[in-house]
Amino acid sequence: MAASSSDIVVRARGVTRRFGEIVAVEGLDLDVRRGEVFGLVGPDGAGKTTTLRMLCGLLEPDEGEIEVAGCDVRRQRERVREDLGYMAQRGGIYDDLTVEENVRFYADLYGIPARAREERMSDLLRLTRLEPFRRRRAHQLSGGMRQKLALVCALVHRPQILLLDEPTTGIDPISRQDFWALVAELRKGGMTIIFATAYLDEAERATRLGLMYRGRLLRCASADVLRRGFSGQGCEVLTPERARARGVLRQTAGVVEVEPFGAALRVFFDPALTSPEVLRRALEAEGIPEVTVRPLAPSLEDVFIALIRQHERADRGKGGGDRVGH
Amino acid sequence: MTWRRTWAMARKEFLHIRRDPRSLLLALAVPIVLLLLFGYALRLDVDRIPMLVFDADGSPQSRNLIARFAGSRFFDVVGMVEDPARIRREMDRQRCLLALVIPPDYSRRWLRGERASIQLILDGSDSNTASIALGYAEALLREHVGSWQMSVLRRATGVMVNPPVDVRVRVWYNSELRSRNYIVPGLIAIILMIIAALLASLTLAREWEMGTMEQLLSTPVRPSEIVLGKMLAFFAIGLLDMLIALLVGVVFFRVPLRGDPLLVLLMGGLFLFGALGWGVLISALVRSQVLAYQLGVLTSFLPAFLLSGFIFAIENMPPVVQAVTYLVPARYFIVILRGLFLKGVGVELLVGEVAFLIAYAAVVFGLATRCLQRRLA
Repeated sequence: MAASSSDIVVRARGVTRRFGEIVAVEGLDLDVRRGEVFGLVGPDGAGKTTTLRMLCGLLEPDEGEIEVAGCDVRRQRERVREDLGYMAQRGGIYDDLTVEENVRFYADLYGIPARAREERMSDLLRLTRLEPFRRRRAHQLSGGMRQKLALVCALVHRPQILLLDEPTTGIDPISRQDFWALVAELRKGGMTIIFATAYLDEAERATRLGLMYRGRLLRCASADVLRRGFSGQGCEVLTPERARARGVLRQTAGVVEVEPFGAALRVFFDPALTSPEVLRRALEAEGIPEVTVRPLAPSLEDVFIALIRQHERADRGKGGGDRVGH
Repeated sequence: MTWRRTWAMARKEFLHIRRDPRSLLLALAVPIVLLLLFGYALRLDVDRIPMLVFDADGSPQSRNLIARFAGSRFFDVVGMVEDPARIRREMDRQRCLLALVIPPDYSRRWLRGERASIQLILDGSDSNTASIALGYAEALLREHVGSWQMSVLRRATGVMVNPPVDVRVRVWYNSELRSRNYIVPGLIAIILMIIAALLASLTLAREWEMGTMEQLLSTPVRPSEIVLGKMLAFFAIGLLDMLIALLVGVVFFRVPLRGDPLLVLLMGGLFLFGALGWGVLISALVRSQVLAYQLGVLTSFLPAFLLSGFIFAIENMPPVVQAVTYLVPARYFIVILRGLFLKGVGVELLVGEVAFLIAYAAVVFGLATRCLQRRLA
């Protein structure tokens, strides 16, 4: 992960933000490199939106520093705004304005000359296939089209970095596909994209993920790395005598949990105490027939839930008898 | 601050207004409705006071007195009663406001040079009108007695005696003392205040409610540009309203406009700027449209109506309330309007009022901008 510092376009160090008693974001360190698609993932209230708002200068951190494109967000807010495109959770679309009027409004706020504005608008509307709806009022657009319009408005000043706050919440699956295809298109053009989402399937679209939970960034890695790091902790057991096998596994040292999953059993264990091989032998020793044990390919969801559990345990100190792994 | 961004805000706001014909209609209908209501219905002139007379004397002297009342334009003798109990009944039915009771010994005592007494009965349930009616009646009786004294003196001395003081009243600026002439100019202030506070107070609150404010604030647009842009759009509507009010007042109600009409518009613009700033300030403080609307009405319309001297004289208010009126911009604007309409004075006599309006507009605009800045930080 060696990257030259000029490659890093968003850098946060020790960023903390409180709202009264509530700590929304705590000690956040983040580096995002040029051309990355970085996904901030976490449940509602994890601090994703607060983080994005701080990155684009809408909120000031109580502690810590944020640099965007080499500029301090607090001191050079104006410069940063030129480099950043931000798409707020609810978008900035005015329902009673037409598609064109919305885009022109934002272009004017960014001080884009009229000719360049029309050219860029045409390009972006073509890219998003909104061209035929130029003169349609925004409230007559579908949810997906509306979201694309919000994207156009956030892109009209050609930012280097795009921040998307839950861009596809409440949108049908086809439109979501469409939207992410657009984002991929933008990335090809060299744009750095940071998005927040609560959907784990969307998180797969990121080149790198940051898991946020209760104001803290727990882990930053690509989805593959996260999954690989997890694979030691769970496996699937197949056998015709599922019920008996379950009883045996529960008695085996190091097994944390056994759950029926389809025709199989999912077993979660503490890698320090046992392994899939040990488990297989234990089952065969009890005379369970036709045992197949295979490593579990965890979903991102499994990984994240495990990470969150780990984190909660660490928070509570080393309390005994805790469930491990899953 | 750039003009480009401010203008972009203003143009967007114009589009909102154009796309919402109902509120545009409201903005243009409100002044007309208010003008008609107040211009016609709100008449503070007291004349043709309906009165009853119970004349138990029936003498030339008593008829003489009654004739005085009947001849005055302030009184209208609606009937003579035979039974004093009828006075109460008629007053309860609101057929009369005033009753004159002349006792049977009125002329006898009068002719003997004794002290003759009469009784005036007033319906005090409308104390304002009653006290005005009483004032008129007292003045009329004083004159009646005075002229009689003169005639007695003349007869006794044989010399033509003139009253020692001859009072000749001339009313300046509103010679007919028509209340409409001072209500309609004051009404312009009320209309501008209502329109400004209502329209402007909704505008930022709506952006917060729709979630567009966050997006706006992420662009290079500055709070001062947002506030000014929005104010510009409503300013146009406010000026239109003021033109409507001026036209209706001058053409329809025939209120004299003796000052420079351009100066009226200029002063109106100044007042409007402050009033819009107030609306935007409320809007910046409150993020819900409903609350902003209610606050807007409460803090703009009521003070402008009650504490500006529009109808209720400031001199008659308790000192604490009087002190509060100094903070009500409509108070100053109404002085300016009446000065311009009725007296035709120039701006040089209104320097104090103009200075306050300028200061008010500047302070409110500054506060609105700062509040918006605070809300996002």
